[in-house]
Amino acid sequence: MEIKINIENAGKTFNDGSIVALKDVNLSIAAHEFVTFVGASGCGKSTLLRCIGGLESLSGGDINIDGRSIDGPGVDRAMVFQHYSLYPWLTVTENIKFSRQLLVNREGITSSDVEAASGRADALIDLMGLGHVRNAYPNQLSGGMQQRVAIARALLPRPQILLMDEPFGALDAQTREVMHDLILHVSKLEQTTIVFVTHDVEEAIYLGQRVVLMAPRPGRIDTIYPIELSAQRDQDMKLAPEFLRYKKEILARIRETSGMRTDLELLERMTRQAQPQNDMQ
Amino acid sequence: MPADRAKYSPLMQLCAGWQSVWVIRGQLSRRTYLLFAMAGLLLPLAAWWWLAASGVVDKVFMPGPMDVVNRIYTWFMEDNLSHDMWISTYRVVAGFTLSAILAFPIGLMIGTYRPVQALLEPLTDFIRYMPAVAFIPLVMLWVGIDEGSKIAIIFIGTVFQMVLMVAEDVRRVPITQIEAAQTMGATRGEIVSLVIFQSAKPALLDTLRITMGWAWTYLVVAELVAANSGLGYSILRAQRFMQTDKIFAGIILIGLIGLAIDQLFRLIHRKSFPWLYKK
Repeated sequence: MEIKINIENAGKTFNDGSIVALKDVNLSIAAHEFVTFVGASGCGKSTLLRCIGGLESLSGGDINIDGRSIDGPGVDRAMVFQHYSLYPWLTVTENIKFSRQLLVNREGITSSDVEAASGRADALIDLMGLGHVRNAYPNQLSGGMQQRVAIARALLPRPQILLMDEPFGALDAQTREVMHDLILHVSKLEQTTIVFVTHDVEEAIYLGQRVVLMAPRPGRIDTIYPIELSAQRDQDMKLAPEFLRYKKEILARIRETSGMRTDLELLERMTRQAQPQNDMQ
Repeated sequence: MPADRAKYSPLMQLCAGWQSVWVIRGQLSRRTYLLFAMAGLLLPLAAWWWLAASGVVDKVFMPGPMDVVNRIYTWFMEDNLSHDMWISTYRVVAGFTLSAILAFPIGLMIGTYRPVQALLEPLTDFIRYMPAVAFIPLVMLWVGIDEGSKIAIIFIGTVFQMVLMVAEDVRRVPITQIEAAQTMGATRGEIVSLVIFQSAKPALLDTLRITMGWAWTYLVVAELVAANSGLGYSILRAQRFMQTDKIFAGIILIGLIGLAIDQLFRLIHRKSFPWLYKK
């Protein structure tokens, strides 16, 4: 199995070391793999993704792609954000072609390259079902359609790695299901290595070949769950016993690692304190 | 069923309509909106008319609307009003343009690069609290008393505010738009010119529109400096001769020119940024 991303002893601190966002993270991600990250808030899953994307630099350790240490963002790693990343002054097509337009502006590419990019953009527009809105502006589109544009834009330069930071977090449940099947289709078609961060456990299991559970304080990898479900996912699978078993197990582990128990104790204490008042009424 | 009952009489219908208008952040039909807008403009005018006509206040202190209209007419026919309007507009636009030329790159840099922000923002914050009027003696010493000094006062009055507003507009560009460009291989220069500037453009035009208004408010101050023409100068001189109608006329004319320029900016906004107006 060819290793695409290798994370070695990755550490990240904020505020001059007072906040440890990541500590001793080790993980290898294979080429064409779909890996999802879940964990309680503050576990550093988004930070790790941003470090892979080169948007943040590590405080210690190393991340390498195909054996080369990363140094800042690069076109080999495309990123899809939760929202507000599209350019509202560009149409759907112009947004998708943005990365190619940068190259055109630099005058470093030939007209045949531009044509090839146009063909690629058209193919992605078809793949994402954006044909009827290709000349619309992003704010004329629903949240789901906007994320389709963001994914198409990220895929245009044929990145080897697609990094997704809660890309469907702001969408309603139905739209999200559609997007799940779409992104699975994309991952098969494009053979892109996908690293996907989410807070939705069901989403993580449905999409991921492996689910990486991270824990907070300090941010670290807790457990890795290889998901042994049929590679051909369908929505009914979410009700299958083995799917539910994964869900139960992962949710329980997240609860254990999140420090939620103190909250429950607090709730109990508050209920007890509220009791006498109820008696008086 | 209050809605059904409202059908019974026109008065009740009116009451229902009146209530529906006062929904918090509610909608208003275009007709009703215009109705309220007209009332907002005409009621003060009527009050003014009544106050002047009733004789409660001496005409020397409070000329009526017609006196002011007459004054504008004679000013135009006999006193070269068009020259006053032209020279004032010229001073405002020149001072304002100079401000914009300086404030845009500086504000863009402050909003984009932390070191520039640390270097210039506290200084700008400090200077902008200094009253532009207080600079008049210095401006007269440094620039002299010709056109340059009037333009300089308007420039001083607007440039520091504009720098801070441009910086703020630039800072409001969502970080994800910038980071998306980084992951698509954009260089720093490309991000500034193709993302940050493009994204901030509508806000920047609004900043221009607002500071243009401030530039006009500095006109009278600017024309304190050895002027012998202009709307602000005319207002100041009219005071010396107790020509309150001319003071009114000057103020209203400045207001009208300002309103026209404001509307022009809004028009440019609609034409330049179609994506903001398509839904």
